[in-house]
Amino acid sequence: MQLTSPESLIFWTTIIFIVFFFLLAKFAWKPILGAVKSREESINEALASAEAARLEMQNLTADNERILKEARAERDAMLKEAREMKEQMIAESKNEAQEQGQKLIAQAKLAIENEKNAAMAELKSQVSTLSLSIAEKLLKEELSNKESQTKLVEKLLGDVKLN
Amino acid sequence: MIISNKPVQYLLVTLLALSSSINFASTPVDSVSVKHETVESTEASHTEAVGHGESVGHEIEKEFNASELINSHIGDSHDFHIADWDGHPISFSLPVILWTNNGLEIFSSAKFHHDNSGEHVVDINGQKLVRYKEIIFYADKFETMTADQKNTGAFAFDARPLDFSITKNVFSMLMSAIILFFLFFAVARSYKKNDKAPTGLAGFLEPLVTYVRDEIAVPNIGTKKAGKYMPYLLTIFFFIWINNLIGLIPFFPFSSNLTGNIYFTFVMAFITFIVTTLSGNKSYWGHIFNTPGVPVWLAPIMIPVEIIGMLTKPFALMIRLFANITAGHIIILSLVSLIFIFKSIAVGPVAGAFVLFMSVLELLVAALQAYVFTLLSALFIGQAVEEHDHH
Repeated sequence: MQLTSPESLIFWTTIIFIVFFFLLAKFAWKPILGAVKSREESINEALASAEAARLEMQNLTADNERILKEARAERDAMLKEAREMKEQMIAESKNEAQEQGQKLIAQAKLAIENEKNAAMAELKSQVSTLSLSIAEKLLKEELSNKESQTKLVEKLLGDVKLN
Repeated sequence: MIISNKPVQYLLVTLLALSSSINFASTPVDSVSVKHETVESTEASHTEAVGHGESVGHEIEKEFNASELINSHIGDSHDFHIADWDGHPISFSLPVILWTNNGLEIFSSAKFHHDNSGEHVVDINGQKLVRYKEIIFYADKFETMTADQKNTGAFAFDARPLDFSITKNVFSMLMSAIILFFLFFAVARSYKKNDKAPTGLAGFLEPLVTYVRDEIAVPNIGTKKAGKYMPYLLTIFFFIWINNLIGLIPFFPFSSNLTGNIYFTFVMAFITFIVTTLSGNKSYWGHIFNTPGVPVWLAPIMIPVEIIGMLTKPFALMIRLFANITAGHIIILSLVSLIFIFKSIAVGPVAGAFVLFMSVLELLVAALQAYVFTLLSALFIGQAVEEHDHH
């Protein structure tokens, strides 16, 4: 091989390579690698945020569904409660009405009894006064002459058996 | 590891590595015999040209020499050769920068007039210089050297000035650095305007950046520490890749074999070695100097072995990239050379088809080798910064 003096190429290669390396490192590799890295980071970030958004969306729909389910359950519960309450109310009012009726009937019975007793008492007193007045009238009639008065005394005396 | 997931790619790489070793095994034999021939023939042509005038020199048709062609194409040079026209090479002259005995000298490589045989003497401020096989020597010292010394002249530092020239490979490297810088600077700026999904250039390059991060850096170094080494890994990945690709484009101002140059891969591997060594934590050094579970009396053996292990890792990086890219270039050039060796147009379509196939394969190898270099660098760094809490 026809080579020139070794020092020529060794010298220039060293100089050119070192200068070239530092120039490229400063003006090319640093910005290029920086840009590539920052872009990669931004892509990763974008992907991560997309993923996060997707998860959030999923959570949101899950939440919505859950809320809807809860609402439905609540509605059902409310309806059920209302129905129960209605039934209870009906049953209660029925009971109450029955009780009230019973009570009224009892009261009425009591009143009737009382009235009856009062009426009986009055009737008794009326009957007694009536019979007294009748008896009075009868006595007055019977004892209007002397003969009948003596007869009665005799009869009464006849009843009394003297020993 | 990740490597085990890519058996097919590794098979290809192994195939390529094998083919390269075959080439390396055969080329030296050829080139040795060729070198003397070329020296003699050029000397002969030169003397003839001097004797009979300029026109005669061009009429002598040189025998086509494939290994010479391949060697000159995969090597480095002071001129950027564009084409040959009427026997004259047309080239783009690059600056020659020398640290001579008299200080710094800068001049155009055109002064050598494409001479690579040590014949043409250039006078620069009173210093006589010659160029022999792309190495610049002092003319007086060059004359006293033997042929063997000339051929290993790259390391004869007393016979030549220190050469810091902008060679073809340096030019190509500068160009690739500038292209890459503006490419990624544009991408970086586009993020300021657009913080949405990347478009255009950024859309094309960003997946590569994130690939390096997610498939190379993070699995080997760990998420926490990878960020610190990302700039380095990205730089070597794109730098090696674009230079591999530039080497595959067969015309000016591309076509340089920068990543197939051992000096270049040496520097890259050395930088990885430095980065690995500097980031080594306590447990990394602990494994080297006091390997857990190994008796203390074995330390005289273990420590050198571990230190050799430290060095072989970057050494393998250096050789792997160099061999793979050079091998690819050699194969493609050999296939093209077939046409000239057989001197028949009938070989053209066959060679062309093979060249096309190899070029497509080389496109894969270009990316693969950049990937492997970066992956192994990340792996070594990862070993150095790894926390061992178990033992």
